[in-house]
Amino acid sequence: MSDSPIVLEHSTELRHHFADMDQQRDAASLGMWLFLGTEVMFFGGMFCAYLIYRLWYYNEFAAGSRSISLLLGTINTVVLICSSLTVALGVRAAQMGKRKLLVILLLLTMLFGLAFLGIKGIEWYQKYEEHHIPGSTFSAENLIQEYPGIHIDPQHEQIYFSLYFALTGLHALHMVIGLGIFTVLTFYAWKGKYSPEYYTPVEIGGLYWHFVDIVWIYLFPLLYLIDRKPIH
Amino acid sequence: MATAAVSTERENYLNSEYGVRSWLLTTDHKRIALLYLLSITFMFFIGGFFALLIRLELLTPAGDLVLADTYNKLFSMHGQIMVFFFLVPSIPATLGNFLIPMMVGAKDLAFPRINLLSWYLYIIAGGIYVHCLLTGGVDTGWTFYTPFSTAFSNTKVVEAGLAIFVVGFSSILTGLNFVVTVHRMRAPGMTWSRLPLFVWSHYATSIIMLLGTPVLAITLLLVVFERVFNLGIFDPARGGDPLLFQHLFWFYSHPAVYIMILPAMGVVSEIVPCFSRKRVFGYSFVAMSSIAIAVFGFLVWAHHMFVAGISLYSALFFSILSYLVAVPSAVKVFNWTATMYKGSISFSTPMLYAFGFIGLFTIGGLTGLFLAALGFDVHVTDTYFVIAHFHYIMVGGAVMGYLGGIHFWWPKISGRMYPEAWGRLAAAIVFIGFNLTFFPQFILGYLGMPRRYWQYPPEFQVLNVFSTAGSTILAVGYLLPMIYLLWSLRYGKIAGDNPWGASGLEWMTPSPPPTFNFDETPEVTWEAYDYENIPMPEEVSLER
Amino acid sequence: MSERAMPERTTSERNKPEHEHILPVSLYVTIWITLMVLTVVTAGVSFINLGPLNTVVALSIASFKAILVVLFFMHVKYMSDRLTKMVVVAVIFWLFLLLGLSLMDYGTRHFT
Repeated sequence: MSDSPIVLEHSTELRHHFADMDQQRDAASLGMWLFLGTEVMFFGGMFCAYLIYRLWYYNEFAAGSRSISLLLGTINTVVLICSSLTVALGVRAAQMGKRKLLVILLLLTMLFGLAFLGIKGIEWYQKYEEHHIPGSTFSAENLIQEYPGIHIDPQHEQIYFSLYFALTGLHALHMVIGLGIFTVLTFYAWKGKYSPEYYTPVEIGGLYWHFVDIVWIYLFPLLYLIDRKPIH
Repeated sequence: MATAAVSTERENYLNSEYGVRSWLLTTDHKRIALLYLLSITFMFFIGGFFALLIRLELLTPAGDLVLADTYNKLFSMHGQIMVFFFLVPSIPATLGNFLIPMMVGAKDLAFPRINLLSWYLYIIAGGIYVHCLLTGGVDTGWTFYTPFSTAFSNTKVVEAGLAIFVVGFSSILTGLNFVVTVHRMRAPGMTWSRLPLFVWSHYATSIIMLLGTPVLAITLLLVVFERVFNLGIFDPARGGDPLLFQHLFWFYSHPAVYIMILPAMGVVSEIVPCFSRKRVFGYSFVAMSSIAIAVFGFLVWAHHMFVAGISLYSALFFSILSYLVAVPSAVKVFNWTATMYKGSISFSTPMLYAFGFIGLFTIGGLTGLFLAALGFDVHVTDTYFVIAHFHYIMVGGAVMGYLGGIHFWWPKISGRMYPEAWGRLAAAIVFIGFNLTFFPQFILGYLGMPRRYWQYPPEFQVLNVFSTAGSTILAVGYLLPMIYLLWSLRYGKIAGDNPWGASGLEWMTPSPPPTFNFDETPEVTWEAYDYENIPMPEEVSLER
Repeated sequence: MSERAMPERTTSERNKPEHEHILPVSLYVTIWITLMVLTVVTAGVSFINLGPLNTVVALSIASFKAILVVLFFMHVKYMSDRLTKMVVVAVIFWLFLLLGLSLMDYGTRHFT
């Protein structure tokens, strides 16, 4: 422990191997940013696969893209953006020591998150009904019939949907983890654990949430907006 | 003869708490380092056992010891265990964990609980892998190439893939801890240019761990999905591209080799100045070369794919960059040599390992340049030349660096000296055994013996016999330290704070150190490797 | 900050973010509205035939949205130190390394 003469400095949240709260917070922040960096590379590998196959199988990707609901995708994008706002305002509330406001904003964020997952579930169910889930039940017949002028290879089409489910599935999993983190944050916020001197968990939890939002910001055009031009 | 009573007089990290719980729930980086030491040694035994079986099979040209399918499993699992469960964690998780907080003047790493989590992830991953091994194993080669791994292999690819996925996260968390510790936890006065080069090399290693491992993780996950859900992402029959798998796989796995060698280079950078009694020549060049290796290491991965079907232009690019990446490594070798020039050399066990490292790593590295030349690579790809090349670096380099480091810091870790005569003997046996094992493999590869083959034409037998003989000598060389290091825990001479007269904050703590490393946060006002001002050790520990 | 009679802290400690800096609600709301508008725009533009530019526009809008989130919601612009900014830039660069160098292979395979 550093021999700091001022007892007030020693917050109960100070872990013993840190000299002071500043160092602890700076370490936590850097740690979360680095972790998000690893997440970028994690999703990045799949974006690489997506990139290559979109170049190779553009028609199939375009057809697949048209078959998922633009409306639901746009709504989900809006939902996540709203959740990022509530998170950012929540961190601000923590900075200002406004406990009740913080709890409300964290709950709102989670609500948006749940809405996102619910809508995602509906979208997946639609894919299930249309036989677009990769595997033994997969069939590209409805797409082939819908776009008679374009050559669609069912196996290449299946690659689009494999990546669709892998990407949105991985994203949804991160969303679920985020909800878990925020459940814990909300609980502790309600208990009054956070203050202007110590709100680091809220801040870095927020960073994680924003990252999940950013992944979706890219998934939306890449999966939903490949080719929405009206067919002549 | 010192008794146990003397070493427990003073409270240190080993005797501060007793009981299994105090070890399994520890957040002390030093205890976690020891937990890792035990775990990776265990995995090393398994991987080494497979190596011995491989060498036994290759004593004769015929495939007469094991079935071909079994042989495929042996080399696959030997590779996976040694790479993912031994080499990647080896120095960082043991010596790095133990030393980095002390070297920067901190009480612990930035995230002690995450450190413990990383060990548990290692254990879980190891458990999954051992289970996979016991229930059939995997035969895809350590590289999991598709579509064999996704569509044709009937071994436990999913389990092995998941195990490596989990151990990857162990690695990521270790790297994350190191980077944050180096940035945020340095003691007052410990500027970047005063950091030991061991820290610089681990910082560079951690960058690679953070940026590369996630790509491996997603790649293995996609392989698992493909097998489980019968997808066709990497299956050419269904429009998938096997080369995409290889690009994604090697994007991590090439930088991974730098994860495996940089820490050993860091160890050598500590040992050489100490046993030359001279500061490191060109400190900033050595420090920057670690960063350069980490960065350039990401730009060369497709040199593993020269004959796989990548474009010629792409191959040219990766070939040229593979030449460039050798430069920072060469810088290190020059600087270590220049450090020794006009130094006062002692041939202690750590120094013997350092010498071994420098020579063998140089050979391994130079043969890497041979492989970087496109024409030559076409000739020796998938032959024993490649195997010899990477074993020179990984075993002649990284493992010798690891052993040198274990011996160098053993007094600090255990409070005991190992028996020096045995140490030197074992180092010599390792050196001889190693060269006998792997030098013939360069020749075998050049003459055309393919790798991963369970049987071979009779004209290759003599060299194979030499190689197998060498491997048994090497095994003895590895067993000896395990025996005498354990022996030293009870009967070794009690070590003082700084038996080698080495520089670095870790040597200013008692041996073994107290749980929180420093009673007071150190204030650093001196440069690294301040050997002009450090007296030779009074107790000449090297005479034993 | 505790008082310490110690040598000057190293530079990283000097580059501290201004955590006392509390941004106004209006800033967050403005960014939020911008993001919403851009979402509608990107969805709408996808119906217009711009040929290959469709992809460019869509990804540019997405990148701009991402940058807004990083700079303002994640506090990089007003409340982060140099190191954080370097991490963000480095990571994006590394992702482009993966994508770019892989693409280099695929893009040059059919040159004669």
